[in-house]
Amino acid sequence: MESKISVKNLDFFYGSNQALYDISLDIPEREVIAFIGPSGCGKSTFLRTLNRMNDTIASASVKGSVMMDGKNIYASGTDVVALRRRVGMVFQKSNPFPKSIFENVAYGIRINGIHSNKADLEERVERALKNAALWEEVKDRLNSSAFGLSGGQQQRLCIARALAVQPEVILMDEPASALDPIATQKIEELVVELKRDYTIVIVTHNMQQAARVSDRTAFFMLGKLVEFNPTQKMFTNPDEKLTEDYITGRFG
Amino acid sequence: MSETATTFERKRRGINLLMTSLTAVCAVFTIAVLVAILGYIGVRGISSLSIEFLTDTPKPVGEGGGIGNSILGSAIMTLLAAFIGLPVGIAAGVYLAEFGKNWFGNTVRFVADTLIGVPSIIIGIFVYTLVVLPMGRQSGFAGGLALAIIMIPIVARTTEEMIGLVPHSMREGALALGAPQWRVTWNIVLPAAASGIATGAMLAIARVTGETAPLLFTALNSRFYNYYLDQPMSSLTVQIFNYATGPFEVEHAMAWAATLLLVTLILVINILVRFFTRKRF
Repeated sequence: MESKISVKNLDFFYGSNQALYDISLDIPEREVIAFIGPSGCGKSTFLRTLNRMNDTIASASVKGSVMMDGKNIYASGTDVVALRRRVGMVFQKSNPFPKSIFENVAYGIRINGIHSNKADLEERVERALKNAALWEEVKDRLNSSAFGLSGGQQQRLCIARALAVQPEVILMDEPASALDPIATQKIEELVVELKRDYTIVIVTHNMQQAARVSDRTAFFMLGKLVEFNPTQKMFTNPDEKLTEDYITGRFG
Repeated sequence: MSETATTFERKRRGINLLMTSLTAVCAVFTIAVLVAILGYIGVRGISSLSIEFLTDTPKPVGEGGGIGNSILGSAIMTLLAAFIGLPVGIAAGVYLAEFGKNWFGNTVRFVADTLIGVPSIIIGIFVYTLVVLPMGRQSGFAGGLALAIIMIPIVARTTEEMIGLVPHSMREGALALGAPQWRVTWNIVLPAAASGIATGAMLAIARVTGETAPLLFTALNSRFYNYYLDQPMSSLTVQIFNYATGPFEVEHAMAWAATLLLVTLILVINILVRFFTRKRF
């Protein structure tokens, strides 16, 4: 099995508080991996170690390694900016920029200098919006503010924005937690669709969502990785009693 | 039991009424003072206002004269102050907000806060020593510089506060796309904070428009229309000071009229600020 990301013995600290304990897991290419677990279990923290987003927190520190395509992203001299271009991220709360819909998607393309000319830029924006299943809804108002979109549309805009820079991995931090069932369904269909081209890691509180979209599921608790198995097995015959208790809702 | 409760309750209501009345009286007093000042300035000043007064230069007592050159001088020096003070102040504010969470940032913050509290006449003396003495004369440049120095800490602190209001999630969104820090600040954070920063800038401009003391030492005054920054320059505030301290009644009347104009200008700037900030809420 070819691993896109391989995490070895990862410890994570907020100051002197340890948030993650000795996490090791392999994420295969072009699969959807779901992280589940109770609030505060460290799944979001772990997700954010994969694109070093935790670097923005001054007190954070990391031990262990995260290998991506065989290279440790925590090695000194790693270009974090280049890493984040390869590992895109969609956040729990949609966070469009105070710009037009078009400029939101174009932003990543512009700053990374991906486009060759204006026509190319427009084509890339259109493609990203189509891939995020948003094009039909916004094609007539590309120049209006992104804040005028509904919550679900804003979240798909953020996905389009992430897709536009053509990352290899997409991290999603509870992308549908603030959305209604219809918008959620659209995001889920999208995740399954995107799997063809991208490796996707998705944090979710919704067990059914994990079961529906993911190939593999990792269950976290109290900063530890309890179990990591194919989703099918996780939800039918988990190795750990703790996993079964959590998934079936038998939890004290 | 029930009787003590009523006594207690009556006492509580009594204190409540007393405190509410006290604060209301203080509020009315504050407004009354403001209205009295504005009203008095209006009554005393309006009669001397005329086109001639607004365009003419000062003349010997009894021959009329106006404050045209003072208006021009105030405009030039305020613009110069804004030209120097705004970029420096805004840049310093950006530094404090985005990169200033360290001992150096804390030092700058402390110094800026202290500088805001320094009486403006001291800034005037500072520029007098720094620019006026070596140049050998007062000048519009020295005046503008003094005003700029007053503006910088105000603008820096308001800019920092406004940038602090930009949600962290917006920065993370840009960082996650592979944007380097400076681009996040330049393309995302600054535009998002722009209206707030502009508000701070206009308030700082309004503040220095009303400064007199630093200009006495630095720009002095002039009886002529002066377009040259290396020459002494008139300003509304210093001209008001001169007219008001003069011995003649006509001069006092002109001081009132100029005061009315100055207060109106500052009021207009404040109203503009209100107008631009209201949009956001």
